[in-house]
Order: sequence, then structure tokens, then C-alpha cells
Amino acid sequence: MEEKSLVEINERIRDGSVKVVTAEEMPDLVDELGPAGAVREVDVVTTGTFGAMCSSGVFLNLGHSDPPIKISRAYLNQVEAYGGIAAVDLFLGATQPSLDRGAEYGGAHVIEDLVAGKHIEVDAEGPGTDCYPRLDLETSLRLDDFNQATMVNPRNAYQNYNAAINSSERTLHTYMGTLLPRNGNVHYSGAGILNPICNDPEFEYIGMGTRIFLGGGQGYIIGSGTQHDPKSGFSTLMVTGDLKGMSPDYLRAATFHRYGPTLYVGIGVPIPMLNERMARNAAIRDEDIITSIVDYGVPRRSRPLVRQVSYKELKSGLVEIDGRDVKTSPLSSYHHARMISKALKASIEAGEFPLTAQAAPLPRIGSCRPMKQTKEYPMVSDVMSRDVLTVREDMGIEAAAKAIVKGSFDHLPIVNDRGRLIGIVTSWDISKAVAMGGIAKVSEIMSKHVYSARLDEPIELAARTLDTHSISALPVVDKECQVIGMITSNHLSRLFARRRSH
Amino acid sequence: MKLMLHVAPKIVRQPLISSVIIETSALINIERASIDAVSGEIVIEVSPDKCQEVREAFERRGVQVLMLEMPVIRDEEECVHCGACVSICPTGTFRFEDWAVVADSGKCIQCGACVVACPHRALRLILKQPQMDGATTIGP
Ligand code: SF4
Ligand code: SF4
Repeated sequence: MEEKSLVEINERIRDGSVKVVTAEEMPDLVDELGPAGAVREVDVVTTGTFGAMCSSGVFLNLGHSDPPIKISRAYLNQVEAYGGIAAVDLFLGATQPSLDRGAEYGGAHVIEDLVAGKHIEVDAEGPGTDCYPRLDLETSLRLDDFNQATMVNPRNAYQNYNAAINSSERTLHTYMGTLLPRNGNVHYSGAGILNPICNDPEFEYIGMGTRIFLGGGQGYIIGSGTQHDPKSGFSTLMVTGDLKGMSPDYLRAATFHRYGPTLYVGIGVPIPMLNERMARNAAIRDEDIITSIVDYGVPRRSRPLVRQVSYKELKSGLVEIDGRDVKTSPLSSYHHARMISKALKASIEAGEFPLTAQAAPLPRIGSCRPMKQTKEYPMVSDVMSRDVLTVREDMGIEAAAKAIVKGSFDHLPIVNDRGRLIGIVTSWDISKAVAMGGIAKVSEIMSKHVYSARLDEPIELAARTLDTHSISALPVVDKECQVIGMITSNHLSRLFARRRSH
Repeated sequence: MKLMLHVAPKIVRQPLISSVIIETSALINIERASIDAVSGEIVIEVSPDKCQEVREAFERRGVQVLMLEMPVIRDEEECVHCGACVSICPTGTFRFEDWAVVADSGKCIQCGACVVACPHRALRLILKQPQMDGATTIGP
């Protein structure tokens, strides 16, 4: 078995003889030379990824003012930063929206502006104490003016991320971008072949203390990221680095429409070829990296799996779903991932990037359990009215008018001969039809585009449907699409009012 | 060749397109039309040889005509070539070329879908901005 040590590789980095390739070039080399030959020929494989990494942020130390202040609340360009750490330490999170510009400008944008050398307006408040008498403060600071600006990202560089599709009837705006209705497109994230963890899945090199390329500067892996779950192939990294050494080329603020701000972070990890196993792992190709396409049309924690797919298929631009070709596109930038793998390669070759030994390995067992919810939230079935009246599509207008007068709702769900929900009319529709005359059946005036709620759905979802479509009532259906109840905005406001009064 | 027509409210009810077709006998394909109480915006496709004639015919009828030569305007500093604009465009304006996103001219119908879908706010339409809810609009 061909082997070499980290010390030997660092020696070559120092004397300039190190042989570095990117993870894109490695598979062909291993095919050609075999793993043993590849270990002899290649010292380091560089990886790279550039995508939206919401779980990112920066610790900032402002220095002390005169008279001093113990900051409890702070706003940087109107974006709140967490002030509950000592007197003048703040944590600015990437996804925090601003007070004045909302989602169009958030924590990520402040971070990008700082890195670009711009001035940031700081507003801070404090309680006033004997040792920190000041109550408020306004100042304008640039990155250089902070004592420390240390990026600490709790969860970056996912090993794998599910791709997204939307089977519902409306366009969804999500952190996976714009998802067109009726399976109109597939969005995916991740660099595939260049993904850092995919090239060292057993964490032989990647560990606590590993030096990495972070946002254009050098950073370190502090440990496993939050939701780290190697058993199911969803490992993550927690990373840190000095913001002052970073560049806006590799740190970019973004806004996902109707979702919020996020930060695109560039990360690259070098992987030394210490043995044949590592060479085989780094020879992974896009066709070997499999992820799931899941349906974001179902707004629940476990979104239904539509199919498994390889990055090769995703990158081809089309995947087959139910016998139909659906367009795919990424949200992360492969273009920039490649730039990062090359920039890292260049800096190793220039002797600027020695490799590190792990201070400790990353945990092999992680945890990504669902939230323990100690408070029970009601389901639609707990809140809805069951005394709902439905009418058949061929019912006459006069009879429908009588039915709505007798019933307890302003809405009349219309069903077909098998009892399936096919439309809805409101009392307004009926009065209009009666006034105009000449209309025989309810099916002529019903709206066929009818929203409904499921019996076993949390009421939050029904509330969101009412809100999104500005409607006031929803028929509740069971699995067979039979109407068994009605939920209205009155039900919900009564419920929320009760909840608030407790 | 695509032309974008802006129709003022006072003439929006006239059979403008039909009368232009009869006058010019050009084959006109309507790519997109949004007409509301205050104005109309229509994007049509005509063959390059009829383009000038059709344009003049509309202008004589009081319609403001814009040739859509550029697809959308992209701020190259902001674009990171992510691809979030690629699969959502109804006309397939964007595609990858060696993982850089390029835009083909002559396909765009100025619908604005990519403007809101671009996470880096790198895109804007030639004329108007779609409304980003509760936010500042981008562009000039
Ligand atoms: S979505 Fe925006 S940033 Fe991404 S490739 Fe398109 S224009 Fe560029
Ligand atoms: S405006 Fe519409 S048609 Fe034009 S490029 Fe954007 S998405 Fe495509």
C-alpha cells in the first residue's frame, strides 16, 4: 500500500515541489494511474463550494466608547446584532433582515459591505450602569475600526443537500429559490464532485483544526456543524476565520424572494493524498453522488421523496419526473466553486497554505432529530365545524340560495356524484346569480379553483392558506377528497385570541 | 425580433393588433400580454424583415414601441453564475456555458420572473421593475 505523511507533503509545499490537482481532475488521474500511482503522483486534492449558507455570522468587537456603554441592543445599518454578550461584543447573523429595507438588506449584506470596506452606521442602546453609564450611541465604522471581526459559521459546507420540486398549484418562493407549480422545475444546491466532505467522507484529514479557504482568506474548521449527521450522509462543518482577511469575491450577500437574506460563502478544503483509500475517495464523480428530490409543495417537516438523483443528472439540466423531462438548475455557483478549488491550489503551490494535522477528529455519530415540541398545537380536525352543508354540482340556483340561508356558512362547497370536492360558491356569487337571472345550476357560477384543508393538517397551514389567497373559509377534506368540515378565519381568530389570553 | 408595446389607456380597447396585421400583413405572434385598468403591455414577435414596418404601424396608432434587443440587464459585478435564473425563465433565455451563465438575445419577453428569482439582485428589466414586496426596488 502506497502511503506518505503529512510532514513529507508540508516539506514539498515549503520547497515548492508539491503536486496539487483539483477534485475535478482527480477521477481521471486515478483511472489512469490507479490509486497507488495517484498517491505517488498527487500530494493534495483541492475542493471548493460556493453557495447559500444561512447559518453564518460574525462576532464583532467595537471597542469601548467614552463614557463606556454596555450594549444591550445594537443595529448595524438597521440590522439587529445580538448584544447579549459582554459590553461591546456583538454577533451579527447572516439571515437577520433590516428594520428599514426588510429582506432586501440583512445581516449578510452588512457582512459583504464590511468586507468591501464600506462604512456601517451603528446604533446601540444600553441600560446604563455605574460602570457603563452611557445609554445610547451612534457611530460609523469600517471593518478596520473593529478590534476583531471574526466569522463563526455554525453550519456550513453540507455534505449533501436535498434538491427541491413543487407539485402544488402555485409558485413557491423558498430558500431553494423560485419553485414553479406542477413540477415545473428542480432546484439543487451543492458542488457535487468538488464538495469538500464528499472527497473525504471518512474524515481522515478533515477534522477539528483543519486549515481551510474561507471567504477568500484562511480559516479553520472548529468542529462538526449543527445538525451534523454523518450516518445519513449529511455531515456539516462549523468554521471560523478572520473577516479582515476575506474578500467580497467569495462572500456575497443574497436575498431569496419572500424568504429572506442569506450569505453565499466560499469554502475550499485541501485533502492530502496520504494513502490509496484517500485517493479512491477523492476519485468520486458526480454520478456517484446521490441526493433526493423532495416535494416542497407539502409544507411539512418530512417532505415527500419524489426520487433519488445523481449530481450528474442534476447538472445535465434535465431530470425525468413521472415520465416528463423537468428543467433543473443550481442555486449554488459551480463556477465559483471551481474558482475556489483553483485559488486554493495556487496558494498551496505558492507555499502559502501549509496543511494541518487534526487537533481532534469530527464525531462519527451526529444528531439531526426533529424538534421536541412540548406544547401540542391543534390540528384542523380539532377546530373545524362539522355541520357543513355540501351541494351537488347540478343543483339549481334557487335551491342553493335556500341551502346557504339555512346553513351556517357564507360558503357552499360543491361536490360531484361521488362526493368529491370540485368547487365552491359564496353567498355573494349566489345573490349575484339570482339578481342577474338566467343561471340554472350552481356549477355555472362556482369557482373551480378551490383551496381546501386536510383533516390532519396543523392549523398553522390552514391559516397560511387563508392568508396567502385572501380567503375566509376552507372546506376540510379527508384522503378521498370528501368534504367533512369547514374551517373559517373566525375559527382561527377565536383560537388565537384564546391562546393569547392565556 | 421581439417588440414590446406600451398601450395607453385611451386606446387600449381598440383592435390595434388586428389592424396592424391587416395593414402590414405581417405574421405576429403574441408572446405575453398584460392589460389592466391603467395600461397595457404586450410583447410580440415579428420576422426581422417586417419589423420596421410593424413598428411604424403601431407608432402611428399611438403605441409606444420598444425593440427588445437586449434580454435583461445584468450587473456583472453582482452575478455569481449560480443559475437560479436558468430553469425559471419561460423562454429559456439563460443557459450555462462551461458553468458561466450566459443570456441569449432575442428570447426574453420581459416577464420579470428572473428579476425576483435572482438571489443576488443582478437582473433588471429594460423598462419597469416588478414590485418586490415591502422592499426597495433595484435599478435606477
Ligand atoms: S440568478 Fe442572478 S446571480 Fe445567479 S446566474 Fe442568474 S443573474 Fe447571475
Ligand atoms: S424577464 Fe422573463 S423572459 Fe426575460 S429573461 Fe427574465 S424570466 Fe426570461
